[in-house]
Amino acid sequence: MSGDAGLLEVENLEVVRGGVRVLEIPSFVLHENEVLSLIGPNGAGKSTLLLALARLLPAASGTMRYRGEPISSDRSTFAYRRRLAMVFQQPLLFDATVFDNVASGLKIRGMSRREIRERVMETLELFKMVHLAERSARKLSGGEAQRTSLARAFAIRPEMIFLDEPFVALDPPTREALMADLERILGETSTAAVLATHDQLEALRLSDRMAVMKQGEIVQNGPPAEVMNCPVDEFVASFVGMENVLTGRVVDACEGMLTLSLAQCRIEFPGSAGIGESAVFCIRPEHITISNFDPDAETSARNVFPAVIRRIVPTGVFQKIHLDCGFSLVAYLTNQSLANLHLDEGKRVFVSFKATAVHMIRSGK
Amino acid sequence: MKIWKQFSLLLAAVTACIAFGLPAPASAASKSIILATTTSTQDSGLLDVLIPIFEKESGYLVKTIAVGSGQAMAMGMKGEADVLLVHSPDAEKKFMAEGFGTTRRLVMHNDFIIVGPASDPARIRSAKTSVDALKRIAQSGSLFLSRGDNSGTHAKEKGLWKGAGITPAGQKWYQQTGLGMGLTLNVAAEKKGYTLTDRATYLALRKNLGLAILMEGDAKLLNVYHVIELNTAKWPKINAAGGKAFADFMVSRKTQEVIGKFGVKKFGSPLFFPDAGKKPETLGL
Amino acid sequence: MDLLVDGFAKAIALLTSLDQEVLAITLLSLKVSVTATLISLVLGISSGTLLALADFPGKRLIVSIVNTGMGLPPVVVGLFVTIFLWRNGPFGYLDILYTPTAMIIAQAVIATPIVCGITVASIQNLPPNLRLQILALGATRLQMVLILIKEARLPLLAGVMAGFGGVISEVGASIMVGGNIKGYTRVLTTATVMESGMGNFDMAFALSIILLLLCFAINYLLTRIQQRERPR
Repeated sequence: MSGDAGLLEVENLEVVRGGVRVLEIPSFVLHENEVLSLIGPNGAGKSTLLLALARLLPAASGTMRYRGEPISSDRSTFAYRRRLAMVFQQPLLFDATVFDNVASGLKIRGMSRREIRERVMETLELFKMVHLAERSARKLSGGEAQRTSLARAFAIRPEMIFLDEPFVALDPPTREALMADLERILGETSTAAVLATHDQLEALRLSDRMAVMKQGEIVQNGPPAEVMNCPVDEFVASFVGMENVLTGRVVDACEGMLTLSLAQCRIEFPGSAGIGESAVFCIRPEHITISNFDPDAETSARNVFPAVIRRIVPTGVFQKIHLDCGFSLVAYLTNQSLANLHLDEGKRVFVSFKATAVHMIRSGK
Repeated sequence: MKIWKQFSLLLAAVTACIAFGLPAPASAASKSIILATTTSTQDSGLLDVLIPIFEKESGYLVKTIAVGSGQAMAMGMKGEADVLLVHSPDAEKKFMAEGFGTTRRLVMHNDFIIVGPASDPARIRSAKTSVDALKRIAQSGSLFLSRGDNSGTHAKEKGLWKGAGITPAGQKWYQQTGLGMGLTLNVAAEKKGYTLTDRATYLALRKNLGLAILMEGDAKLLNVYHVIELNTAKWPKINAAGGKAFADFMVSRKTQEVIGKFGVKKFGSPLFFPDAGKKPETLGL
Repeated sequence: MDLLVDGFAKAIALLTSLDQEVLAITLLSLKVSVTATLISLVLGISSGTLLALADFPGKRLIVSIVNTGMGLPPVVVGLFVTIFLWRNGPFGYLDILYTPTAMIIAQAVIATPIVCGITVASIQNLPPNLRLQILALGATRLQMVLILIKEARLPLLAGVMAGFGGVISEVGASIMVGGNIKGYTRVLTTATVMESGMGNFDMAFALSIILLLLCFAINYLLTRIQQRERPR
């Protein structure tokens, strides 16, 4: 099968709970070998969508096809379910040893003892946890437990795996180690996956495609770079880390370039809109440059404005700089640059950004 | 995991053992009879002697349900027993008159006695009759313990109070235990009160009690046992043949001899006096 | 005080001499109560699991009724079972009143709500997503139910203990439906009541001690299984 073929195709998927429609997906496709991230805030319907895709929600309506075969009857649903695996936020391990946990899906399938033993050991090796095989699940740390849960899911060699925020309860180093292994294993086994998360970095790292969810709907769906840099609306923009979402009035439109007026400034960027319309646009904070002198002469950036530093907030590696240039802007600087530039709250500086760093979201009256 | 398996195996094994080891009730059903009787016959140990003999001779399995005479007759009225062995003559006559029984035969008697603390605060030792004794207890306000359980003994006691023209119910000195004879005797001993008891139970328990016999020998204190066969016209499911077999056994000469000798070895005197074939009048009734 | 010493001495004597009658009574107690407990396990665990997993209007009402049933007074059960089994009652044709079978039925009626109630609670205490996780592992519905019961085994073991403890120590129902027939339906509790009714307190005391030892032995066994399964 070619990479473009839809492994799982869904149409008009709807879930109604307590008389309220909590999920409405007109169409959804997962391709072979593809890792798709579902991102969105809590309550956006990510878990519901995963459960519906795994056919674990009885209230779901709509049509689903797996490798072109419709999944409708109880029998086809059961056969379908045996080809996928699911990992939840909690490890949900059985009260047994790690070995028995990893073996559970195989036991359910009635495999022989010998086959089970081989497969379990193989899977444990893949997850670097052979030494834990005989440990009771109740004596595992949080990371080990979630690792066991992942191993249990991969032991059945699923064609497709659904992961519902599997790392959310883990501390950063544990999360990092497990994510690295998952990335490697997804690649090695070429398993198609749908990963629900509310962490865009996690999504960026693991996925080939991102789908942003809001209130039970997918509002944007595309390659990570596209979603990150060209959000379709303010919601997506704010969710993927576009902290500068601004609104201005179009004063000039010429040869694909727009000029907007905002406060005392004129901002130029590529796009099309009618003169006099208002336009919503965004700039990623890391694309904004700060300097002590007017860089007009030596920079290719078309947008340069004087600004005052209002606040500097440390956020680990970066410092988050809140600027006022008649409108508010947020920029990120490394600690090093901050020191080099002798920046301080209240200081006057110049901000600049390229026309191509600006993404227009929409325009209208 | 392993332990769980072992446990399931254990459970299965126990189930199997029990399923095969239980007595099969269905086979015994047709050849069994239900004997509704009084606690005094069971508590004295007499039935433990007689029933194995009967079961061996007749092949019937006897299910002895030991309750008060009142409840035994209630079972008879509902057709839930096959034969009765009771000691509540007035109620029995009514039972027969209403057609619940077919034959009622005299089996044996022993007697009731009034017991109490040896100090005898109501001074009933010198009373001539049982009625006189009860009057003295009432007048002195000495504690009297009644079974209060509608048993034959309780019926006898109520009859005696009636004869004395006293209504004890509600009096401060009159308490109802609601218990069997043995326990009521123990309560009387603990509270140093008087009570009416059958002689057999008293003799069986005498050593632990510290209660003395203070009134005996009055004809009114006789405790007479009858065996009653039940009327299948009222309840067709009654095992009339089994009931008759048991009743015949109770009045047979051999059984009567066993009754006469029962308790002699242990207590020095018989607990029951065989009366089969006698006319009730000869007992002063 | 004498009574306690005498009773204890007598209990030891009866046990060590393997008194035939006492042995038979003890064995019958065990047979009746263990069988009743096993029946209640089958009925209680299956109905309890069903009740815990199913969703239907009136479920709360039924769970409340089951929880009330956990404290069902044995005499009430005894009375109802007696009325049903009377010769002239609805199940009179079975002819099992005053038999060990009737006692097993009555005790199973007492223990089933206990096991059922504990099953409902233990299954509902499992993480709600566990059911979905098991199905996602490819289980059939039956496999899922069996795995859930297995996951709830430790609290269920407490249910077994509670059920068994409830029936082996009850007297009200046994005496009513069994009749305390010597050598046939006389069990430890009914014999204890009878012996104390006859004023034979030492014998009653001895029987009580045997009953206590029996309860202890069985609970000790089950607790050991429970503790061995449990880490720390």
